[in-house]
Amino acid sequence: MNKAVITVVGKDTVGIIAKVCTYLAGKNINILDISQTIVGGYFNMMMIVDITNAESIFGDVASDMKALGEEIGVIIRIQKEEIFTKMHRL
Amino acid sequence: MINISEVIETNKMVTNENLDVRTITIGISLLDCACDDLDRFCDKIYERITTTAKDLVKVGKDIENEYGVPIVNKRISITPISLVAGGCCKSIDDYVTVAKTLDRAAGTVGVNFLGGFSALCSKGMTKAEELLIRSIPRALAETDLVCSSVNVGSTKTGLDMDAIRLMGQIIKETAELSDMGCAKLVVFCNAPDDNPFMAGAFHGVTEGDAIINVGVSGPGVVKAALEECRGASFEVLCETIKKTAFKITRVGQLVAQEASKRLGIPFGIIDLSLAPTPAVGDSVAEILEEIGLEKVGAPGTTAALAMLNDQVKKGGVMASSYVGGLSGAFIPVSEDHGMIEAAASGDLCIEKLEAMTCVCSVGLDMIAIPGKTPASSISGMIADEAAIGMVNQKTTAVRVIPVKGKDVGDTVEFGGLLGFAPIMPINKNSCEAFISRKGRIPAPIHSFKN
Repeated sequence: MNKAVITVVGKDTVGIIAKVCTYLAGKNINILDISQTIVGGYFNMMMIVDITNAESIFGDVASDMKALGEEIGVIIRIQKEEIFTKMHRL
Repeated sequence: MINISEVIETNKMVTNENLDVRTITIGISLLDCACDDLDRFCDKIYERITTTAKDLVKVGKDIENEYGVPIVNKRISITPISLVAGGCCKSIDDYVTVAKTLDRAAGTVGVNFLGGFSALCSKGMTKAEELLIRSIPRALAETDLVCSSVNVGSTKTGLDMDAIRLMGQIIKETAELSDMGCAKLVVFCNAPDDNPFMAGAFHGVTEGDAIINVGVSGPGVVKAALEECRGASFEVLCETIKKTAFKITRVGQLVAQEASKRLGIPFGIIDLSLAPTPAVGDSVAEILEEIGLEKVGAPGTTAALAMLNDQVKKGGVMASSYVGGLSGAFIPVSEDHGMIEAAASGDLCIEKLEAMTCVCSVGLDMIAIPGKTPASSISGMIADEAAIGMVNQKTTAVRVIPVKGKDVGDTVEFGGLLGFAPIMPINKNSCEAFISRKGRIPAPIHSFKN
């Protein structure tokens, strides 16, 4: 399974998760886990997703996510999971 | 499964604390390009470099986008040119032609720098090496991307004082011919074969055909981690540095493995060096100040740096299967906002920097000195640094810039990652008679381990 981590950082507004989920469903990207927290007054959301069967290449998904973030007024990023597992797991 | 606080921590390192992969450097062997015709030699090295490194920049950008960690530089290191060009280069002009070919090859593949216009003469200079060294001032003035290094000593061989005397003159000439030349020239003792950092990167003769070496940085991350343990014991301090170095190195390991896989070139080493930039929050001096010094240069600076360097190495070694290069803390004056401030206010002098080089990973780096400094005094500085490296079995280096027409009290601007620097005073007493002696300083007694 190829996993990626999507993070959303910014001011909380209605429909952020809905919009991200709708986009992911359209690309056949399955959501495995969602969590959220408030850090320093900012809304932080993290999704772990399965990109094994994604219908777009990673670079396109990343630019779409960035554009979607700009539209909503938050920062959305997608990164391959290994950057986090390598750093935090032995 | 990874949790949200770990994700936030990693991303904070990148966005707030300047964590980056400083360089992916491809080492390329040119040993089999040697031939006796200059044009053919230039064609062969151009072809070899542009073929082997053709995808480096693209792969670097892809990895950067996929993992969300900046990869600041993509670079190439090559077999020291003096080892392969001796057969076809019979004049300074010939060596300059080779340097221009390297510059063109680096431009074609889009890398930031190419290192290896180098000579290894720790025991003596061959004719080819001496000629290459004499061509350095023009080679660096007439190219943009080529970096040069000269190894003038080692623990096993002692110090080649003839090469050291010559390098004092060469550094002066390089400064005469171009403003940036000396920033691209470093003089080593015990130069490592697998260093990915410029200006001293070259592909050593002990290496294979091609190799991927990765340099990771992150002084800001270490500083931010230490802010959390003010007043804590040395045990806590050391553990914090070690854990942070571990995390940073793991990022480098991931990038190196990915780059190696995608380029089809074996992974060599990770060099975990805290390499500062002139940006606030990306400074080794700030780490030392966070450890407890009012300003870098205060009593205790050498001890704090020794501890920092050692903990960085210990964390790094645990995190990667192969750690090499220089790995430790860099103290380039012009590239470190805290060092610049301390040097400008007179709180940090060259003698203190020299003491610091005994315990950190490199040497007197990016230090601007008065343009009128005699060549023999520059040779004296090189000899001092090389002696520290030789006796302590470590790499030391000198990258000083005698700034034309400027004196103590002036500043010089290098731009970009190279920063700016106040001109630092150097001891005015002459070492001319010492430097004029011919021959070499023998290897120290503890080098005889056979």
